[in-house]
Amino acid sequence: MTDDITLPLASFITSRILRQPDRQLQADEALISSGLIDSFSLVDLALFVEETFYVHIADTELNADTFDTLRQLVAIIQIRQSH
Amino acid sequence: MSTFSHNLHQAYQQVPDKPCLYMLRNNLPDQEVTYRQLVQGAAGYARALAEQGIQPGEVVILLLQHGESLIYAFFGTILQGAIPSIMPFLTEKLDPAQYRQSLAALFHTSAPSAVITYQEFKSEVLQAAAQAPSLRAVLVDTGIQAQVNPDFEILPGLKRTQQDLVLLQHSSGTTGLQKGVALSHQAIFNQLQSYSAALNLHSSDVIISWLPLYHDMGLIAGFILPILSRVPLVMLSPFDWVRAPHRLMHAISHYRGSLCWLPNFAYNFCAQKVRDRDLEGVDLSSLRAVINCSEPMHWSSHQMFLERYAPYGLKASALATSYAMAENVFAVTQGGIDRPVTIDWIDQHASITRQVAIPVNPSENANPMLSAGFPIDGTRVRILDAKGKQLKDRSIGEIAISSNCMLAGYYNRPDLTRKAFLDGWYLTGDLGYMAEGEVYVTGRKKDLIIVGGKNIYPQDLERIASEVPGVHPGRVVAFGVFNPEAGTEDVVVLAESDQTHPDVRARLADGIRQRINRGTDIALRYVRVVDREWLLKTSSGKIARSANREKYLCENP
Repeated sequence: MTDDITLPLASFITSRILRQPDRQLQADEALISSGLIDSFSLVDLALFVEETFYVHIADTELNADTFDTLRQLVAIIQIRQSH
Repeated sequence: MSTFSHNLHQAYQQVPDKPCLYMLRNNLPDQEVTYRQLVQGAAGYARALAEQGIQPGEVVILLLQHGESLIYAFFGTILQGAIPSIMPFLTEKLDPAQYRQSLAALFHTSAPSAVITYQEFKSEVLQAAAQAPSLRAVLVDTGIQAQVNPDFEILPGLKRTQQDLVLLQHSSGTTGLQKGVALSHQAIFNQLQSYSAALNLHSSDVIISWLPLYHDMGLIAGFILPILSRVPLVMLSPFDWVRAPHRLMHAISHYRGSLCWLPNFAYNFCAQKVRDRDLEGVDLSSLRAVINCSEPMHWSSHQMFLERYAPYGLKASALATSYAMAENVFAVTQGGIDRPVTIDWIDQHASITRQVAIPVNPSENANPMLSAGFPIDGTRVRILDAKGKQLKDRSIGEIAISSNCMLAGYYNRPDLTRKAFLDGWYLTGDLGYMAEGEVYVTGRKKDLIIVGGKNIYPQDLERIASEVPGVHPGRVVAFGVFNPEAGTEDVVVLAESDQTHPDVRARLADGIRQRINRGTDIALRYVRVVDREWLLKTSSGKIARSANREKYLCENP
């Protein structure tokens, strides 16, 4: 995983969504299916990804089937950036 | 004739081709349902229940997601004369074991004779049903065919009287599920009549709703009111709305929606989380009332919403308010329909220290209270002191109500029903005051937490957190803290532990967060592990929620 995507993403999730800035997020930790990121915060995450990495995540993609971990989300961002 | 079944029967005969609802779907065209289709679909469920020997007056629990099956199953149960109760469906984040516990709690108090669910969920229900001797049938939605020619002669629903129960409504969590609000046909029709008058409801109205049907606001205002009043309803699933709140605005624009109910947080959510490009072409000028209801209302939320959507045609006069509860079917009051919502600036200090609402000029030390409006016809409101004595205008006390649309009781819980009333007045547990006939809600007496319009009982959260190894059972407290940005409460959990190492505590905090997030339908915002003896207890040795909340707020201003 590339740090320039992972670090800001992890920092956004821990500080803005979980409000535990000191918390370490594991790359393969379940985020949505575990309830760590609740549905109200999913839109925030999508807006952040769009503004920070200039890629689009559709509303219908905001679920655990599309991405459930930091690693999966980073992969989606990378693929979309390369297109 | 005022029963649900008679109403549906009449609509079927008089306006069979009139659309009663439009369902918005994902990547599919909107689905239109006429009264004919509604009754035929419902009659299919009535027959399926009859075939299973389900009798009028028995409870049927509906475990279905927002959609066509749920709607037909709901009215079908009523056509069979049985009593539906909609339970929130298991979402991907919920822990099945916790969900099973909730189901078992629901089965225990409501003693259902049948459950209607999906094939893939049947085994889950059967597991939870092990302790429900009353349950005789688990029906699945597939294979239940619409009845093209429903035989109204034999439908037991048409033999029910106005005094019979028509539905049960629960709040969530183990505690909420034990309090099934039982409502009669009569109570609901009385509410619909009074509330329609308060809203100036007209056949030209169009109601738009994204609200869940297991909640009173979604069930009554966003489902039963329009369907039984023959006012078109446009429905969006809550699951879709939370991921794409702009779809609500497009639905209003496309269908020329005139009425919409939202919990306070949704004003903030819609104001903050919708991109400009997702609002292209949206026109909200058809809205005559956006009604804030079901959690404490904030002036700042209204301002934020108006500022965001005025450029899209939202009128300031559309901002409206209501005070409602399932125990009164739905609305107790309504404000902002014929004239703007009254904003009552009160002295903050006096309201806290002396429990009086003294009107003052707007300033930093003044609190803008949004009026919830006037009581609807047939409902009376009083403010009572701690001894049950009626207080005068502008004194803050407990809100009590008396009405012609009261619950028949908490189902199978006469003990809880008795406790809820004082001399025929229902004690709401909410605090507020009256001024010139209007009702203002200032807070609440009980420790209930309201998150995004959902009632959460702190004891449920505390029990779940206590199950985490390393937490001292019983040494946990949960409470809500208002978050002005979100427009609703954030849930805080504090737990005592002997563990002092920061890493161990962080793991404990994580464990609590996971258990609560997966065991309930809320997301825990703040969790903190504290030293032994940190939590304050009452003289009787119980954890004092409000005292610990104060202590926490002092340490974390």
